[in-house]
Amino acid sequence: MFEHQLFLNAVLSGLLLGGFYASVSIGLTISFGQLNIVNIAHPAFVIVGSYAAYTANSGLGLDPIVSGILFMPVFFAGGAVFYRVYHVCFEARGDDPLRGLAFFFGIMFVIEVLLIIAYGVDYRLVEAAYIGETVGYGAITLPLRMVAPFLAALILTFGIQLFLSKTFTGRAIMAVAQDQIAVQLMAINPTYIKQIAFGIAIMTASLAGALLIVIGPVEPSMGRQYIGRVFAIAVLGGMGSIPGTLVAALILGVAESLTATFYGPSWAPAVSFGLLLGALALRPQGLFGR
Amino acid sequence: MQPLLLAKSVTKRFGGFTALDHVDITVSSGERLGLIGPNGSGKTTFINCISGTLRNDSGSVFFDGADISTLPAHQRIRKGIARSFQIPKPFPTMTVRENILIPLEFGSTKSKSQDRRSPDDVLDLIGLTEKANETAAHLTQVELRKLELARAVAVDPKLLISDEAMAGLSHSEVDDILEILLSLNAGGITIIMIEHIMRAVMHFSERIVVLDAGQKIADGEPNTVAEDPRVQEAYLGN
Amino acid sequence: MKGSVFFIGACTVVLAGLALTRLGVNEYYFFAGYVVLQFVVLATAWNILGGYAGYVNFGSAGFFAIGVYCSIALTKAFSLPLPLLILASSIAAGLIGLATGYLTLRLRGVFFAIATLALAIVLETLVSNWSYVGGAAGTFVMRPKTVIFFDSYVEFLFIVMLVLAVSSVVIARTIERSRFGRGLRAIRDEEVAAESMGVPTLKLKLLATTLSGALMGAAGAPFSYYVTYVDPPSAFNLSFAVNAVAMPLIGGTATWLGPLIGALLLGSIQQIATVTISSELNLLIVGLTLIIFVIVAPDGLVGAARRISKWVRGN
Repeated sequence: MFEHQLFLNAVLSGLLLGGFYASVSIGLTISFGQLNIVNIAHPAFVIVGSYAAYTANSGLGLDPIVSGILFMPVFFAGGAVFYRVYHVCFEARGDDPLRGLAFFFGIMFVIEVLLIIAYGVDYRLVEAAYIGETVGYGAITLPLRMVAPFLAALILTFGIQLFLSKTFTGRAIMAVAQDQIAVQLMAINPTYIKQIAFGIAIMTASLAGALLIVIGPVEPSMGRQYIGRVFAIAVLGGMGSIPGTLVAALILGVAESLTATFYGPSWAPAVSFGLLLGALALRPQGLFGR
Repeated sequence: MQPLLLAKSVTKRFGGFTALDHVDITVSSGERLGLIGPNGSGKTTFINCISGTLRNDSGSVFFDGADISTLPAHQRIRKGIARSFQIPKPFPTMTVRENILIPLEFGSTKSKSQDRRSPDDVLDLIGLTEKANETAAHLTQVELRKLELARAVAVDPKLLISDEAMAGLSHSEVDDILEILLSLNAGGITIIMIEHIMRAVMHFSERIVVLDAGQKIADGEPNTVAEDPRVQEAYLGN
Repeated sequence: MKGSVFFIGACTVVLAGLALTRLGVNEYYFFAGYVVLQFVVLATAWNILGGYAGYVNFGSAGFFAIGVYCSIALTKAFSLPLPLLILASSIAAGLIGLATGYLTLRLRGVFFAIATLALAIVLETLVSNWSYVGGAAGTFVMRPKTVIFFDSYVEFLFIVMLVLAVSSVVIARTIERSRFGRGLRAIRDEEVAAESMGVPTLKLKLLATTLSGALMGAAGAPFSYYVTYVDPPSAFNLSFAVNAVAMPLIGGTATWLGPLIGALLLGSIQQIATVTISSELNLLIVGLTLIIFVIVAPDGLVGAARRISKWVRGN
């Protein structure tokens, strides 16, 4: 009976965790899966989102999730400018994946060091009314600091999916992912579309970062732990599919939660790598790829 | 006599799309075969399956009597199947001579190095001697096409597959490449030519195979094939 | 440069290093020199796969740490001498490289890069849970009390790392001029064409990954004796991974000279800078230099020097 409840609790908190993972991964699904830009610095941008929420929370007393939403336009603009630089320096010069990868690796590293210089290496946390509260039914208790990010992440995921499938710009982004020449024939500038898409990808990091610091304290190098996770989710989710990303994120969340419950939390980071390697070796087209 | 190349019921799918649907093609030793078909009919997929760049899903490929369906591409060239690429794929940081040294060193059908062609011999044969020390990134279109052929010829292949070696070239450049291919064939190399330029295919081929939507729709002498109503329909649309 | 000249040069460097230890030079220089030489090994090893074949490894710190912990475990179990530790560490790191490569190298190059990035993090997780080698708390390692010939153990370690550095440069140069090296270059330039021209691409990539991993493991083997206290964050330090990528890219990836120059230059600057400015600022400089070079001088210092000399001769 006890074992049974433990299992149920682990699965439920894994689903909550997985929902949050979807918000961290969705930006990579757009940049890597749809735009073919291997942004390994994406988790670092998420950590920037965490520190933005931290600054707004500790300085102005703003709710972290609200500030995560408020910072979205800033992140969007930053991402769009960043893409311009990337496009001029790499895409337009022809394909040398090695240099593009090294560039993002350098960016990831510089972001981390800048955060250390600005905030130090100590863990930072935010304050909000729901942090510390729980909701429960019977033997099941769920902390609100997990439930709130889960709900916010779901809204973000559905919002992005709605945008991509229903709006003209969204459809153009999906078209760019499939066939650049067709898009040019439709008289849309693919660079402009990709710029918007990359802006959106970075924009999601603002909210994801805020959710991350709601769940627990954050330090500058934390992004590294998310590299394996986000790529495992993006690959498993079928490289570019938003629903696929959500399902893959939920699977990873549950797998990690079960591992943490039954083998100890220090083993959880190894799960994503196992999943990633397994996905690459057995099914590189992902769960939802053809 | 046993055919040099025998493709039996070769099938290749990409997801739900069938690019090749049970294609049977036989090529005899010394033959000049033209392979034609509308864009997207499966010509390049077919030669990718023959040369090992892609693996066919079902059916089998026999070369010189042996089943080579499971061999990787780098072993097929050593058996004697060489190809050129439709979009030239030179090694851009290497010189023309170094570009030729790669297949000579890795892909030759001759196991002893003294039996292999010399790079200068290959350059001379294709007419690239003057460009030997030029970096491949700086070549013109026609020179790139010639380099593609030179790298394929370097290994002393039994079968040479030329994938649209003439697309986008001028009238005299096409004649230039045609002449090279004819002289290679006279030297004993079997050739499959994929081409859109009908003048060149009709002039070159002893036999023509037509693919349409992944299926073989005609196989015979150039003039008979050209008059086949199914072929005309495939080209003109329905 | 002719082979014999190069070989004599390599031997001279080792002999000069040995002579230096007899001159009573301040021990600090050996202490700092060790770190620079360690970077020479890492950068050269990285370049065998990254520079010659064009496959990016972001997990250099992971391969280095395999060497560190393999050596710690073997010391605890059997107290083997250092040369055997180096050998065992390079075999272990080489095998892990082979396994990772086998699972991912058949796919697009970027998947290999991602897998190496994740590999380092997972290895760190495993080591943190492995109490025999100290787990997350770390472990102290006792240096042997005496060492033959040398005045101090640090001098001995310096010479060991010098031999490793010279050997890796010799290995890299040998590969560069061999059939193997020409095959890797063809893979880097145009992999599909290389395969269709007879280059056994998967085999060569796996060989390069194994060799590169093995050299990184070898570089990690003496580390615990050098620092005497090792915990996972120090062995898996991201600075190893960043420098292993940055140094070849800054020096130039086409030849053995690039990573050597990059490592000597960037390594020395960091050693001087750590004394004068904070280590964070120091790493910031490395990261920014990497970004600038990738954008402005993609063929590195060696490539830039070649272009300048060509231009001067052209005028």
